[in-house]
Amino acid sequence: MSDLKVDVRANLRKRSAVKEAAIKAFFFVNGITAVVVLLGIFGLLLYTSVPAFREIDLKEFLGSPAWDPTSPEKAEYGILSMVVSTFLVTIGALVLAVPIGLGVASYLSDVAHWRVREIVKPVVEILAGIPSVVVGFLGIVIFGPAIAGIFGLSHGLNALNGSILLAIMSLPTIISISEDSLSAVPQAYAEASLGLGATRWQTLVRVKIPAALSGIIAAVMLGMGRAIGETMTVLMATGNARSFPTGIFQSVRTMTANIAIELGEVPYHTTHYYALFAIGLVLFIITFLVNMAADIVLRKYQEREQ
Amino acid sequence: MNIKRVLMTGFLMGLVIIAAGGLFAQKGKMIQIKGSDTLVNLVQILAEEYMDKNPGAMLAVMGGGSGTGISGLINQTCDIADHSREWKEKEFVQAREKGIQPRIFVIAVDGLSVIVHASNPVKKLTLAQLGAIYRGEITNWKAVGGPDKKISLYGRQSNSGTYVFMQEFVLGDRNYSKDMKEMNGNAQIIEGIAGDERGRRGDESGIGYVGVGYLYDASGQIRKGLKVVPIAKDDASPAFMPTDKAAVDSGDYPVARALYQSTNGKPSPAVAAFLKFEMSPEGQKIVAREGFFAISPKHIAENEKNLR
Repeated sequence: MSDLKVDVRANLRKRSAVKEAAIKAFFFVNGITAVVVLLGIFGLLLYTSVPAFREIDLKEFLGSPAWDPTSPEKAEYGILSMVVSTFLVTIGALVLAVPIGLGVASYLSDVAHWRVREIVKPVVEILAGIPSVVVGFLGIVIFGPAIAGIFGLSHGLNALNGSILLAIMSLPTIISISEDSLSAVPQAYAEASLGLGATRWQTLVRVKIPAALSGIIAAVMLGMGRAIGETMTVLMATGNARSFPTGIFQSVRTMTANIAIELGEVPYHTTHYYALFAIGLVLFIITFLVNMAADIVLRKYQEREQ
Repeated sequence: MNIKRVLMTGFLMGLVIIAAGGLFAQKGKMIQIKGSDTLVNLVQILAEEYMDKNPGAMLAVMGGGSGTGISGLINQTCDIADHSREWKEKEFVQAREKGIQPRIFVIAVDGLSVIVHASNPVKKLTLAQLGAIYRGEITNWKAVGGPDKKISLYGRQSNSGTYVFMQEFVLGDRNYSKDMKEMNGNAQIIEGIAGDERGRRGDESGIGYVGVGYLYDASGQIRKGLKVVPIAKDDASPAFMPTDKAAVDSGDYPVARALYQSTNGKPSPAVAAFLKFEMSPEGQKIVAREGFFAISPKHIAENEKNLR
């Protein structure tokens, strides 16, 4: 009788061990999938980009501002204008979005009544779900004409329009994550600061924001990532002229927009086709560097903290 | 209990698969038409009227640009390619490699229209002036009889047949100015220059090119805010409007062009029936109603040869 009981228990234990191993394996596969996919994409990009440089000089590709692969005169493959345009639009977006985002986050975490916060924060997060085509449409019908009117331009399809739209699109990320990290600052920090006679403003700016800086930097970097990679919005709102940008009121074409415009009809396995993948590779490397820079900044900051 | 649930799930999955299969089977019968943005609205209307008359027929019309349509025909993702330019030599070679034998039909005639904002006083442009403007050699309206304003260029993207046609026949196979804004379609160029009905401002120093069918609003008038510029062959010739049927037919309007559809080899009976409808007097009446021009007897004779 008791022998049987022991047997059953051993059996159960064995079964749960198998179950645990299975679950572990399942999560391991899930975890590794992201890495495999990333490496796969990188490999594919590299594999399809390299043939482009059989015909294009790498120096021309990175250093020339002229891009015109279907030119009847001479095909040109320089991406400098697009790279500069991408940064122009992205940095413009951050200049607009970071102060506003940080302001809203501080308001929500420190000033707003909790009831206001409970309403405003979900609403801000829903903003992130608006499809990029809709945002692009806003750029065409609202911001474009408004920019043209305010600055006395003939039209509003320019870099500034793209920056405003990308700022709107990256705001939810910046606000939401910054607010989370401000709220996560231990209450004791604020109490100590206030107890030493600091005002609420001083507490916020000198204690809470520095304490939450790692989260805020992460928020800004994520917002920047969204802005660099965004395609549809800039495609619709920036005019897509291929010239080298000389200011925020010029029509510009970003790397993403160029890939979207040309990949649809390019004949497969031509230099033009490979060159578009090479632009994708450059974009990939840029986002990788942005993330790495963020990581280094974070680590440096944390070291100083300790 | 568990078995019931499994059975239920299986049953539902089965239903989904059958439904999806049904959709695919229907898609097999559907005639896929893809390509030129200039043609997309016209062909859509032709297809709708054709489907009304022939309840069994199913046609799906998509835009995307002439280049997209032709590469769709080469890659066999569509049955009919719409295009507003001729096939390029390179495309013929690719088609041959894949065993595709294009047959080309002319279904309408277009007067490629040059448009500016309604407030622009410019009276006419010669082909040479137009070419110089789009090459970026003339950059101020003053040089062609307009106000002292920088010209703001609107054009299409390189997958567009209209982009290629302009480059060949107006720019003389030279590069477009890199300051040209590259828009998605005819409608975006019109909106950019004329603004919209609700009073949104257009671009007073803009210039653009679109198919003649896009000039009209719903009531058949030239859209508000828009001015169509008469074009002359050279300084010595008179200028004509793209809306002038006689000038387009006679070739006096210098940037008239045929609009095409291509099939792979001899069209199947279903596709041929639709093509015949488009070329019939009834179909051509729709073409004219939408602002384009009917095809000539010469086109009809050639089309009929290709149908056989």
